[in-house]
Amino acid sequence: MSYVTKSPWVIHYDGSSCNGCDIEVLACLTPMYDVERFGIINTGNPKHADVFLVTGSVNEQNKAVVKQIYEQMPDPKVVVAVGICANNGGIFKECYNILGGVDTVIPVDVYVPGCAARPEAIIDGVVKGLGVLQEKRNAMASGTAAAIPEPEPAANTEKEEA
Amino acid sequence: MIKILIFIVAYLVLAPLVGGLLAGFDRRISARMQGRVGPPLLQPFYDVLKLREKEDITVNRVQDFYVGCFFLFVLVTGGIFFAGGDLLLVIFTLTLASVFLIVAAFSSNSPYAQIGAERELLQMMAYEPMVLLTAVGFYVVEGSFDIRHIVTDSTMDLLPLIGIFLGYIFILTLKFRKSPFDLSMSHHAHQELVKGLTTEFSGKTLSLIEIAHWYENVFLLGFVFLFFANGTVWGAVIGVVVCLLAYFLEVFIDNSFARMKWQVAINSAWIVALVLGMINLFIVAMV
Repeated sequence: MSYVTKSPWVIHYDGSSCNGCDIEVLACLTPMYDVERFGIINTGNPKHADVFLVTGSVNEQNKAVVKQIYEQMPDPKVVVAVGICANNGGIFKECYNILGGVDTVIPVDVYVPGCAARPEAIIDGVVKGLGVLQEKRNAMASGTAAAIPEPEPAANTEKEEA
Repeated sequence: MIKILIFIVAYLVLAPLVGGLLAGFDRRISARMQGRVGPPLLQPFYDVLKLREKEDITVNRVQDFYVGCFFLFVLVTGGIFFAGGDLLLVIFTLTLASVFLIVAAFSSNSPYAQIGAERELLQMMAYEPMVLLTAVGFYVVEGSFDIRHIVTDSTMDLLPLIGIFLGYIFILTLKFRKSPFDLSMSHHAHQELVKGLTTEFSGKTLSLIEIAHWYENVFLLGFVFLFFANGTVWGAVIGVVVCLLAYFLEVFIDNSFARMKWQVAINSAWIVALVLGMINLFIVAMV
């Protein structure tokens, strides 16, 4: 048992989100949901973070930013795409400037669907990400490749609902 | 001699445990004050242990050296303090330790870290006069800077030094990096200045800074203890209780104030040092 899962520090980046998911991410920190119970802290610093929460789709302008934040985070790290826009582009998918979901730029470990994603779903996603974080930590310690199950892109289920 | 060694070893072993637990209480009490449940009591230890498991990313090699020196000199400071050494020497080594942390932040060349380092220098300017006045106050009352003498002497220094005591409690907020004056490292709002001083530190380096702060907090509370120690058990008991109360007070202040500008930090700390500290010294010197 390593300690990475006991104090996941989160960095939140708003891609081209409509702010719906961002407000829900911040709602997780309020007394109502209080994610600090799990040791989760919202840092503003990629160098201190373990979990990268991205809301909104990636566009030509923030592609480099998302990449840079990801690269500045020390291993082991996990990327959680929050909301349908971060999953596959959502309703902005056909826009001329949108590249699509976060996974078009950096590897995503957990997809949290929803428009907007509910705080419960976001917390669930982060907790699911902790399992991946543990795998990555074990792989780092033993020097082998991480045996991480492929995340099922949640985009399909969302489309069926629509 | 053996007694001194025992005290030093006890400090080196127990201080991080006590400091970490205090930090855990701090986070839990803060959470309760905000109507939240808060993290487990051992969360600060989890944080540090996690940071030790992270990948090492350093901007340059010299930065780790400076942080190492910071850690070392915080240990030396506490060691001298708990060995019953010289109060002035303790204050000067503590200043040296802080300078190493500031140099470490400057060496990273990150604008955030540099602004944080500049603010840390301002904070040092703010609290240093009061810290020195505390030492001077003990000298005037006890006739010695020797901590062993201050602790074993039968007079309780609180009454003659009540103004200096209040002034020291005031600057504890600065030293603990608590809310109205958490300018350089932003204790709560983690977004402010991207954590200032520590922007470029991660993994093991960051964990070292965290542990150093636990050591630092313990012997800063030790100063509070000095005001009550009079060589008896009761003096010691009262001292420890007041230390805990002072810590709780700092947490309370932390949660009830917004961050203020650096001008307020310097002005208020110097006014407190001048009014409470100097007047206290004059009265003690005259009586």
